[in-house]
Amino acid sequence: MISCRDIRKSFDRKEVLRGISFEIPAGSIFGLLGPSGAGKTTLIRILTGQLPCDSGTVTVFDKAPEAFTGADRKKFGIMMDSFGVYERFSCGENLAVFADLYGVPRSGIRDILSEVGLGDAYGKQASDLSKGMRARLQLARAFMHTPEIIFLDEPTGGLDPQTMRGIHRIILDKKKRGYTIFLTTHNMEEASKLCDRVALLHEGRIIEEGRPEEICRRYDHQKRIRLHLSDGEDMEMERGADAADGIASLLREGRVETIHSTEPSLESVFLELTGRKLEEDE
Amino acid sequence: MHNTVVIIKKQLRDTVRNKTILIQFILFPLMTVIMENAVNIEGMQEHFFTRLFAVMYIGMAPLMATTAVISEEKEKNTLRVLLMADITPVQYLAGIGVYVWTICMLGAAVMSATLRAGERPVFLLFMGAGFILSILAGACIGILSKNQMTATSVSLPIMMVLAFAPMLSMFNKTIEKFSAVAYTQQIKLLIDRMSLADVSGTGTLILIGNALACILLFLLAYRKKGLE
Repeated sequence: MISCRDIRKSFDRKEVLRGISFEIPAGSIFGLLGPSGAGKTTLIRILTGQLPCDSGTVTVFDKAPEAFTGADRKKFGIMMDSFGVYERFSCGENLAVFADLYGVPRSGIRDILSEVGLGDAYGKQASDLSKGMRARLQLARAFMHTPEIIFLDEPTGGLDPQTMRGIHRIILDKKKRGYTIFLTTHNMEEASKLCDRVALLHEGRIIEEGRPEEICRRYDHQKRIRLHLSDGEDMEMERGADAADGIASLLREGRVETIHSTEPSLESVFLELTGRKLEEDE
Repeated sequence: MHNTVVIIKKQLRDTVRNKTILIQFILFPLMTVIMENAVNIEGMQEHFFTRLFAVMYIGMAPLMATTAVISEEKEKNTLRVLLMADITPVQYLAGIGVYVWTICMLGAAVMSATLRAGERPVFLLFMGAGFILSILAGACIGILSKNQMTATSVSLPIMMVLAFAPMLSMFNKTIEKFSAVAYTQQIKLLIDRMSLADVSGTGTLILIGNALACILLFLLAYRKKGLE
């Protein structure tokens, strides 16, 4: 559905994207992880035709972004942190503007708002919304016309955990319904939870790509198993036949409380590859 | 066309809530009606306040409103959302232009209520032409400005010159000489005569020159910056 090959983009001689390539199949969630300034938003702008790339090929729906027609654009839903809402309009009125543009019946606006948990805020002025409610309104605007692809740029950036979980539920629900979702985030927990595949972006390059659990396994250099026993003792053993026997006997004795593998988180992988944390320099 | 209508409807809904723009639209028509009915000085030119405020209305309201709407949408990034929802820049600018022109014409219609019935069509014609030029000038500023603050700081002096130069030219010959090149001054002269028959060749040329300059500036601004 989305294919990028060797995309490059510079601003004022500074190369922001340096040969980005990836494929996103239909119906999946693809996460682009990277710290601020890594080029995530630039990439979304290129994919959605807001910005041309300097070189490389991009195809979305088998078309280059510069060839997008109005009908193609209506297949997108975009939620970008920088995108505003009409402050003097209510939530309902905000969506009504776009319902008219997309040809969505206005009668469905209340249901769309309910879907993102803003059912009671239909008449509430946008300037009075909290950050979380505003994010949900933007999310509603992004999918109100049932697009084929939804681009989400840091959809939960700066939100409290409860609102974040609410937005995750909505995103996973959209995935179940067959939407293709491209999201950028610097929250590795979010990426692990939501994404089928992720790419780690660092200084304009993709430094690792794959399923989150695959990437974590790939960088599991210790290959050990950690046990916490009921008597409070912590044990670590190397994976293998010996460990299997040991664990089996401990389990039989009923002494094992928890078992963990030592595979790293995406955050640790990113740190290992770049020497930099994902949420640094925010 | 559909998208332009959506923009017009959105703006109409916003008008009553956007106090800054609302004041621009209603201030001069309201003052005209009040002053024409409340002040009556012997020897004063007939419909003095209508003529005076009409020119100030042309120089201020459409320019300020167009600039404010475009720069606000740019600053708050709602314009980008609209463009991503398949509105073309031309459709957007047409929507804003038609909206501002229509509201200003309603204001002009209120002002024309103080005139004789026969004078009204000519008055509205002159006003309509002036509004178009001011809308183009406002669109230039809106397109070239990154945010509302820049837009205001650029539009304010231009607006003051366009709105006040014709009035000040009544008291000072030098100002009159300089302000003669402004379309608002020429429209003031036309409104003073209130007749199509008395349109001077020089005045027409200055108006055409102003129109061409506004169109050229608009095209250059649009070509340089688009609606980004």
